[in-house]
Amino acid sequence: MMQIMAQGSFRRIVRDAARAALAACIWSAPAEAQDRLPERGKLIATAGLIQVEGAGGGGLAPWALITGYGTRDAVGANVHGTVVRVTNFTLSTLGAAVGLYDRVELSYARQFFDTGATGRALGLGGGYQFSQDVFGAKLRLFGDGILDQDSWMPQVAVGLQYKVNDRAAVLRAIGAKSDQGVDFYVAATKLFLAQSLLLNATVRMTRANQAGILGFGGDRSDAYHPEFEGSAAVLLSRSVAVGAEYRTKPDNLRFARESDWYDAFVTWLPTKAVSVTLAYVNLGSIATRKNQEGVYASLQLGF
Amino acid sequence: MPAFSLASRTVAVLVLAATLLAAPARAGTLYDELGQRAGLTRIVDGMVHRALLDPRIKDTFDDANIERLRGLLMLQFCVLTGGPCRYPGRGMKAAHADLNLAPRHFNAMVETLQDAMDAEGVPFWTQNRLLALLAPMHRDIVAARSAAKPGAAP
Repeated sequence: MMQIMAQGSFRRIVRDAARAALAACIWSAPAEAQDRLPERGKLIATAGLIQVEGAGGGGLAPWALITGYGTRDAVGANVHGTVVRVTNFTLSTLGAAVGLYDRVELSYARQFFDTGATGRALGLGGGYQFSQDVFGAKLRLFGDGILDQDSWMPQVAVGLQYKVNDRAAVLRAIGAKSDQGVDFYVAATKLFLAQSLLLNATVRMTRANQAGILGFGGDRSDAYHPEFEGSAAVLLSRSVAVGAEYRTKPDNLRFARESDWYDAFVTWLPTKAVSVTLAYVNLGSIATRKNQEGVYASLQLGF
Repeated sequence: MPAFSLASRTVAVLVLAATLLAAPARAGTLYDELGQRAGLTRIVDGMVHRALLDPRIKDTFDDANIERLRGLLMLQFCVLTGGPCRYPGRGMKAAHADLNLAPRHFNAMVETLQDAMDAEGVPFWTQNRLLALLAPMHRDIVAARSAAKPGAAP
């Protein structure tokens, strides 16, 4: 037994994971215990949320804020689960992200796009599912979007998202040129604290069809396109924010037009360790199915 | 039409309504809204009281003259918010030069101020207008590089 314990690096991982989970549960623990917990030195809500591809941001757009509540002296991390349920499809995402010293952000997300009953009508088979891995990295370049309230200068970051879709054959059949691709973006985020208003603008260079769910490049266009992603959020209290987002998209595939996305969201942050986001989301036309609107729900747990 | 579509439309309408209602009515200066001298004094007292109990930052006040600190903070808030005061203290940079404060200390102090304003019933949007005036001071208050590791004594 002792031997197993001694060589059990897996056990150590499990133990550390259990400790991290415990830490998340006792965020309201007394001060003495908090000495050993993560720093969590940022102000609540100023770490942003996690967007649908796993990067720190709003729901649709990556922001220039580095995820996690660690300041320049610390590391912060979170896990999240998001479900987007629209008329004919369901997109589920599970992911984890870490913010390093409020400078670098690394993220991973796995997306599952379930075609449900519509899969059969599209000739894919009932319940056909596309999956995609998204590896993200973000570097904060300059600006303090939260504290520099005497200036219009936003916080600016650049990032990339490397996406690998697992359905190469089907993607080729619908006219996509590739089953993987890289998005590059630059994001500018600014909190206008006196107005309790947060604004974000992101420009993304991308070849992705429906964010990569339907592959990359297509028979209409295989080039990188600049797309705009905007977010606006109003802080209603320290723990509640509401807002809206808009995200333009390429239109690379002949078989189905692609629409811009938009949402209107409310986020509840009872503590720095937990956030819950609910949104109305409109994804427009997806794979010939029009008016894909519905609910976006996301739960985020921080460490 | 699926049930979730109705639910999602309801969410959208609620979100829009809340956003539109977010237009704060203003009367007089921020100084007036915060209760003038008496209000600011209570806010500052509440903030300092909380800061001295807060394990994240209480040690940073070890060498401070608390009575003087209270008075200076009140006068500083008064001047910043448009009140009829003069601030006689040193510059913020000189006053914090030896404290080696990190961003987590600055933000913890912001949280004690938010808690103090909550206790005084100051509306959230009014709080943010004061915080917006104070936030740029992080450049003078926070040391260029943090000496202490998080979790260690400041």
